[in-house]
Amino acid sequence: MRTTPLWDEYYELLPREELEKIQLSRLKKVLIRAYHNLPYYRNKLEERKINPYDINSLSCLSHLPFTTKEDLRQAYPFGAIAEPLRNVVRVHSSSGTTGTATVVGYTKKDIESWSELAARALSSYGVDEEDIIQVSFGYGLFTGGLGIHYGAENLGATVVPASAGNTLRQIQIMKDLQITVLACTPSYALYLAEVARENNINWKESSLRIGVFGAEPWSEEMREDIEKRLPIRAFDIYGLSEVIGPGVAFECETKEGLHISEDHFLPEIIDPQTGRTLPPGEEGELVFTTLTKEGTPVIRYRTGDISSLNYETCACGRTLVRMKRVFSRTDDMLIIRGVNVYPSQIESVILSFEGVEPYYQIVLTRENFLDQIEVQVEVAPQFFSDQIKVLEGLKKQIEEKLKTELNLSCEVKLLEPKSITRSEGKSKRIIDLRKKEEIS
Amino acid sequence: MKQISVFLENRPGSLYEVLYKLKEEGINLRALSLADTAEFGVLRFIAENPEEIVEKLKKENFAATLTEVLAVGIEDRPGGLAEVVGILTHQNISIEYLYAFVSPQGERAYVVLRVEKLAEAEKILRENHIPILDKLTI
Ligand SMILES: [Zn+2]
Repeated sequence: MRTTPLWDEYYELLPREELEKIQLSRLKKVLIRAYHNLPYYRNKLEERKINPYDINSLSCLSHLPFTTKEDLRQAYPFGAIAEPLRNVVRVHSSSGTTGTATVVGYTKKDIESWSELAARALSSYGVDEEDIIQVSFGYGLFTGGLGIHYGAENLGATVVPASAGNTLRQIQIMKDLQITVLACTPSYALYLAEVARENNINWKESSLRIGVFGAEPWSEEMREDIEKRLPIRAFDIYGLSEVIGPGVAFECETKEGLHISEDHFLPEIIDPQTGRTLPPGEEGELVFTTLTKEGTPVIRYRTGDISSLNYETCACGRTLVRMKRVFSRTDDMLIIRGVNVYPSQIESVILSFEGVEPYYQIVLTRENFLDQIEVQVEVAPQFFSDQIKVLEGLKKQIEEKLKTELNLSCEVKLLEPKSITRSEGKSKRIIDLRKKEEIS
Repeated sequence: MKQISVFLENRPGSLYEVLYKLKEEGINLRALSLADTAEFGVLRFIAENPEEIVEKLKKENFAATLTEVLAVGIEDRPGGLAEVVGILTHQNISIEYLYAFVSPQGERAYVVLRVEKLAEAEKILRENHIPILDKLTI
């Protein structure tokens, strides 16, 4: 079932019983370190009268306080770093879309583990020393670029650090350097494919074979679309800077969930409303405790990502738990006329229609105290018809499917091609014009 | 004959953008119709070198397409159009849409017809001595 090599056979095939022993001993250590070196977390433990020396089983985890993005923001700049700065060799920072930045520190050992984890992921996709990988994730404070970069170098592949932007040049590089692996955000991959098509690039001459995509939620339909437009097999990579960066979890060839490197990260799924731990298989917010991280350890960090956990041994042989691909986040859930809607649901519907381009925008307004949702899509030039009834039919079909999927009436607006801004990084798809004060 | 159709978004200026582009390219419109709904519109027109025009429009990010239509000449008198429509209706050929225009000389009017069974419609109209044009040179 597995045709690609294991990067770290010992940990990737470790029986659960043994894995749990390692996890527990690492958890004890990280808790004690957090208690002594992270004042913000020590306060939380003391408030709840928890003695970290009392933790003696993995099930104790559910009694420990959470760490939130807000905690890390308040700890800005160095309050979340558990090591003296002289031991920190790098920092990354994520600003998010709202509020202050968070700073995450890495020791030498952290950078090494991260390179190992990213190599594990790349190896699972089938990347090896022969490959030439174009890293078109942004380099800089964002972890995407450097994370994949170090992993690929560790693996022995040839790295082309293209970073994001200048799409025509990116395509030129892909052709000239005979790139075999492309790593970027899925929305950038689509954009790149579109620019290539406009410039009549013939992919038959390219050596491209693998796509490594992450840093934003993307649907199965989007994967199919990318694989149709580019000559690649597209794989999902998961990670977030607060936990380490790309490489926390990765897909294997079966593409049935992402294997979490549990020797480094302890995952949980919780109910985002109550904070209660949910049993395996149930969907909820993904929470991580770092087990090995020195620079910025986090205990029960709430990712905001919606997923579920599957502990069955995978067809690929790995014993590492699989998390369901993240299609949505707790904070991008929209409440429209009292109905919970995830943009990813809308994306799935749009991508199932051939007559529209894979770009969309959701505009929320409020008229007479009633939420209105308009889904804007671009008419695909090749499907455009001179007949009004064909276009109206398309619009109606999309509206009906949205209604069935979301349980909500949406207005679909057909736009001219290229009306929606193409993104080179994470894309902005929601425009909420509802006045905030009216909501409460 | 080939007709060019262009998708128009429902917002101010979308028609002007197409027309301005056509003007820039020095394209002379022989016949034109604008169909619109509350949500969007379709501009349809006849001009010379339609293939070239569609390519140019696509390059400028317009959704444009070519459609085979029939352009027929009718006598510019009451009932002239009814006669043509009648012939097609009798043969169960449905008309998707049509638009008419009068030549400057004023003797003849022309109708652009979009029908589903184009070859059949053409044959029947010819049999009924309705002049069919390959080109609009007015
Ligand atoms: Zn697997």
